[in-house]
Amino acid sequence: MGAFAYVAPSSVAEALAVLDEHASLGKRAQVLAGGTDVLVQMRTVDTQPRTLVDIKGVAETNRVDIGATETFIGAAIPSAVLNDNAELKALFPGVIESADLIGSTQIQGRASIGGNLCNSSPAGDTIPALIASSGVCVIAARGGNREVPVEDFVSGVGTNVLEPNEFLIGIKFPNPAPGTADAYLRFIPRTEMDIAVVGAGVSVTIDENGTCTAARVAIGAVAPTVLLVTRASDALVGTQLDDTALEAAGVACTEAASPISDKRGTVEYRRKVVAVLCRRATAIARDRAKLRVRTKVR
Amino acid sequence: MSEAIDYKVIGTRPIRPDGVDKVTGRAQFGADLNLPNMLYGRVLRSPHAHARLTRVDVSKALEMEGVYAAISRADFPENPSDLGKNIMARDKVLYHGHAVAAVAAKSLICAEAALALIETSYEVLSPVLSLDEAMADDATLLDDECFTKNLPETPDKPSNIAAVMTLSRGDVEEGFEQADVIVEGDYNIPMAHQGYIEPHACIANINESGQGSVWTCTQGHFEFRALTAKVLGMNVADLKFIASEIGGGFGGKTTIYLEPLAVLLSQQARRPVKMMMTREEVFRASGPAAGTHCKIKVGARNDGTITAAKAWLAYEAGAFAGAPMGPGAMAVFAPYDLENFHVEAFDVLVNKPKVAAYRAPGAPQSMHAMESALDELARKLDMDPLDLRMKNAASEGTQAPYGPKFPAIGLKECLEAAKVHPNYTSPVPEGAGRGVAVGFWFNVGMQSSAEVHINENGTVTIIEGNPDIGGSRASMCLMAAETLGVPYEQIRAVVGDTESTGFSNVTGGSRTTFATGMAVIQACEDIIGQCKSRAAATWGVDEDQVEWEDGQAIPSPGVNADVKPLTLADIAGNAAKTGGPLLGRASLNAQGAGASFSVNMTDLKVDRETGKVDVLSFTAIQDAGTAIHPAYVEGQMQGGAAQGLGWALNEEYIYDKDGVLENAGFLDYRIPVASDLPMIDTQIIEVPNPRHPYGVRGVGETPIVAPLAAAANAIRDATGVRINDLPLSPPNILAQLDNA
Ligand SMILES: Cc1cc2nc3c(=O)[nH]c(=O)nc-3n(C[C@H](O)[C@H](O)[C@H](O)COP(=O)(O)OP(=O)(O)OC[C@H]3O[C@@H](n4cnc5c(N)ncnc54)[C@H](O)[C@@H]3O)c2cc1C
Repeated sequence: MGAFAYVAPSSVAEALAVLDEHASLGKRAQVLAGGTDVLVQMRTVDTQPRTLVDIKGVAETNRVDIGATETFIGAAIPSAVLNDNAELKALFPGVIESADLIGSTQIQGRASIGGNLCNSSPAGDTIPALIASSGVCVIAARGGNREVPVEDFVSGVGTNVLEPNEFLIGIKFPNPAPGTADAYLRFIPRTEMDIAVVGAGVSVTIDENGTCTAARVAIGAVAPTVLLVTRASDALVGTQLDDTALEAAGVACTEAASPISDKRGTVEYRRKVVAVLCRRATAIARDRAKLRVRTKVR
Repeated sequence: MSEAIDYKVIGTRPIRPDGVDKVTGRAQFGADLNLPNMLYGRVLRSPHAHARLTRVDVSKALEMEGVYAAISRADFPENPSDLGKNIMARDKVLYHGHAVAAVAAKSLICAEAALALIETSYEVLSPVLSLDEAMADDATLLDDECFTKNLPETPDKPSNIAAVMTLSRGDVEEGFEQADVIVEGDYNIPMAHQGYIEPHACIANINESGQGSVWTCTQGHFEFRALTAKVLGMNVADLKFIASEIGGGFGGKTTIYLEPLAVLLSQQARRPVKMMMTREEVFRASGPAAGTHCKIKVGARNDGTITAAKAWLAYEAGAFAGAPMGPGAMAVFAPYDLENFHVEAFDVLVNKPKVAAYRAPGAPQSMHAMESALDELARKLDMDPLDLRMKNAASEGTQAPYGPKFPAIGLKECLEAAKVHPNYTSPVPEGAGRGVAVGFWFNVGMQSSAEVHINENGTVTIIEGNPDIGGSRASMCLMAAETLGVPYEQIRAVVGDTESTGFSNVTGGSRTTFATGMAVIQACEDIIGQCKSRAAATWGVDEDQVEWEDGQAIPSPGVNADVKPLTLADIAGNAAKTGGPLLGRASLNAQGAGASFSVNMTDLKVDRETGKVDVLSFTAIQDAGTAIHPAYVEGQMQGGAAQGLGWALNEEYIYDKDGVLENAGFLDYRIPVASDLPMIDTQIIEVPNPRHPYGVRGVGETPIVAPLAAAANAIRDATGVRINDLPLSPPNILAQLDNA
């Protein structure tokens, strides 16, 4: 394991000051949330020295705020805590089920959504779900917070739009409109402790006639970054979300995907399976949405 | 099942004596020992899969602050064996990860930094990465001196085929002519790793004159001592090897990697040196199981009688000769009574790590081919697959394909049990498929030693020389309790180091409960003899007038002695007056290890859109001879099933075109996790081995053999498509289904 210093700021301002100081001195600082990516990387691929800036003590990053129109989820909350939040689960079942897929019980005691997003892996499980539910990153920056939609946050494999002196405070979501629900599915060869070969997050809104009025489809592990597939959404909107519509959305995902062949799957395999997951996740979201046409979740 | 013998303790399930320390973290594994002034050793490994090593210079590393020793090929004796060359590369590196130098330094970070100062140059050669490439006429050669062994005439040019082997009986061509139905198949299985949880680790403490001790995680410390001494040109008597507790080996810890390096570094540094492989090093540079290419042809009459069978079996040896083609060839047809067969097997060099044993080495691969072919044969004959096997099954008196006549064996009993098992008689679940397959392993005896000490209060300490991997200490205690007639709780078994007990071969070949158990039983009988003579002396009768019953000496029936029986505690308590402490011992080269057969069946479901397999049920039925500790026998059966299913479904060594292993970690080398498997159902069959006092057969290896074909056959049943190549991973299955 590489050498490191450790600081644990207790406020956003303090954290920004530490990051800023390091940035201006050209010293390396790295934000630490649950550490389930960072610690593994420090022991294997990246042993260079650094200062770890543990943001778990910053109140804002641990806050869940379910408002009248918006919901905020702090970046550092471990997924085990999110999974236990029945209200969040009811609002965003897809987002929470994506967090619930990370690793194992032990890993979920630490792993956060913020860490998953900031690690910026093409296979990060929560990212397609966050995008499907129109998540927006709330970023702490020197001049005040700035906001970036999740789909614009990750810029490449392992990179994102954060400056060295910024960090993610949390994600906010518009509360789901009536008839809206999300779902997330991933494919792994095992049942757990694995990395997505393909992932698909879907949110749909249906009206009282069962017609789809809005949809967002995001696919993971099939391109350098998670993709919001608008042509898949287009294939769903205006339909009854029947098999034909689902099929068409799947085809749009296959077409949007630009996967690589690697030890986890071939290009051909990923293109096929992304369509399957898109269809299956859409069907789950649709069935959930049907239960909510008349009842507003909140 | 043959007649049940009424044992008192054998067949019970006491808790394991090493359990508490293991579950509380106190047990000391390879990496757990630390010594004062200890250094850390690290290995510099080849970045190329195949290259001439033109230069290695460790001098800059030696100059670094905190570095105490650095070694490379120049520090080793000349004329190395293959093992020696595998431990430290000489003129060539033969796989990515091959050791080229090592350092010992005050910390791991310092040792890593020192590795970066070692200067090397390579002349890169093209890597040979597949059996087809390696066996081609114009193949690049790994070893210019490799002339195929066992051919009628020594070939005039070298090749990558290190050795061949043939086995035959009768006339196969004639046999195929008699057949009404013939099936043929061509099967590939990539290299796989044992996946033991504990990485290799050791600590050596050697003085200037080459004497000292090595604490190591091993399946056999006596053999590790012998191998280390040989590689370094040292004297075994100067080296004490102590076996740590072991976190799995499955054959992979029957040979050495780090020990000679640690010994040499420690000797140079004059300090203890600890070495631990990372998980990545374990995958890249220990000994996986051979990748194979097997071709099978089987013919049968309409009634299911097999008239001829033919096998062509190629095994990847890795960088040096020694793939398990022999056992693979001898096992492939072993379950069946065949008049005509022909087997040809090849030991082939490729630029991958040198393979090591993995449970039933060689058999899972060749028998996967045969058992898959038999499944197709049953389909063509429209015959129940168990009936087909029963029709041809070997039994007592059948001449095994590898020579001897089988004594009592339990294959037919296993098949009978399978036929009526609920996992076979119940309807196949909707959308699933069912597969069955037979497994087999020879088992071995070999050398073992044991001592039995009777403590002054009559309790018993067994000292034996086999690292306990699967609960053997408990099994030794059970056999001693049965023999001596004392309660299990009064007995402790310890694994002695190389200086405190007699030589024993490795814990491997499923031999420990059989052979070391036999030594323990004999040592107990030695004790009983001594107790009888002490009792005779005490009572003033002849020795043959004393019997041993229920843990005490009693006068023989009809002997007119008015005496109270003497218990072990009585005799031990009085030992000083009757000739001193009681010490029984035995050493032997055990003969007559009985073969163990199995039948496995599984129901699997395949997601036709993703190719993902769900294991719905799995049943392992196996002949254990006599199950000394049934829970540990079941544990072996379940563990073998889990490993076999992993090998069948997802495990494989994936290489890039340069010969770099792409999945050197448990994330992408996918052994099953607990939630991937159902509860593995077990049924122990007991056909006692006539050559063991309690009827024991080895049970540890057979369990991994049948799951490969059982899974493949179930997928064939579920999908209607025969997929010949393993692993049956989602991408492989989906591609095959889409092509069908
Ligand atoms: C055994 C195991 C299994 C796993 N399984 C899965 C899985 O199934 N699916 C999956 O997607 N991932 C998986 N992971 C990866 C990892 O657990 C997840 O990505 C997790 O969500 C990371 O969260 P964390 O809080 O631990 O992040 P950390 O490791 O603390 O941080 C991850 C990265 O994000 C940065 N970071 C964290 N928080 C912030 C912030 N607020 N602002 C700015 N930068 C930040 C860090 O600097 C680092 O670069 C697994 C990991 C392990 C070890």
